Amino acid sequence: MRIFVNGDRHDIEPATLALALDALGYGGRKIATAVNGRFVAAPARPAVELCDGDQIEVVAPMQGG
Amino acid sequence: MAFYGVELTSRLLLGTARYPSPKVLADAIEASGAQVVTVSLRREAGSERGGQAFWSIVRALGVRVLPNTAGCHSVTEAVTTAHMARELFDTPWIKLEVIRDDETLQPDVFGLVEAARVLSEEGFEVFPYTTEDLAVADRLVEAGCRVLMPWGAPIGSARGLNNAYGLKAMRAHFPDIPLVVDAGLGVPSHAAAAMELGYDAVLLNTAVAEAGDPVAMARAFALAIEAGRLAFAARPLEPRDMAVPSTPVFGKASLGD
Repeated sequence: MRIFVNGDRHDIEPATLALALDALGYGGRKIATAVNGRFVAAPARPAVELCDGDQIEVVAPMQGG
Repeated sequence: MAFYGVELTSRLLLGTARYPSPKVLADAIEASGAQVVTVSLRREAGSERGGQAFWSIVRALGVRVLPNTAGCHSVTEAVTTAHMARELFDTPWIKLEVIRDDETLQPDVFGLVEAARVLSEEGFEVFPYTTEDLAVADRLVEAGCRVLMPWGAPIGSARGLNNAYGLKAMRAHFPDIPLVVDAGLGVPSHAAAAMELGYDAVLLNTAVAEAGDPVAMARAFALAIEAGRLAFAARPLEPRDMAVPSTPVFGKASLGD
């Protein structure tokens, strides 16, 4: 199925958010996530089954004013 | 001075963006004496490490972070960003920005009040980036804000205090709420002027980060803020229209015309 991570398309096997993030190289990283515009807390990621077409946002700390 | 019960000795809050290098950023924060720095969150790809490297630098400095919702244009977007920031930075503090106009980066005060209400009810400690409008400020306090951050001038404009009268009125109207001038400052005298009005602190970024020597400018702002605060506490002379001789006239020698 296809998912979109930060706007980029990825074709993956059906997975949870936690597994998809691991597969995309985010394992162990300091990130926060949202799926289809809704915040998903880190402890909830293993229970979130992704669906075809899901829009995932992955953010990290960044400089800010 | 305390924000939401957190006592601070430095009255300078410093942004972390736009520095020429990570080392200059770290040195500028150190030179400024700031105990609070603003941070943000942005998309990061699985192959990138920029955000992780930045976080290591900030953590090593041992300062408290104030995450922002910069770039958010709606209540939903700002609230979701705040949730992500709370998890990422492990703090209930949020510098709440809901922007309406892209030319001036003027806050959407209606969205700001609504987002502040939602977040305060969810346990966030909100630092709203607002204007000097007293009615809006009242609404923000009603919404749960215990800090107010009116702009000096549009973000990054370096214009100083566009409406010193309005900021003075705000100080008089909210004697017990910590007030921070946030944004628009260009030189240390602007920060000193804010502190002389009785403001509790100043938040700035670009004026330091894009100075020719950011580390020296960070120190200059710190000194100006200290000077302004001392001057406010020392109760400055009120301006008057006519001259008043500083040297006593009594006892002056009579030497003719």
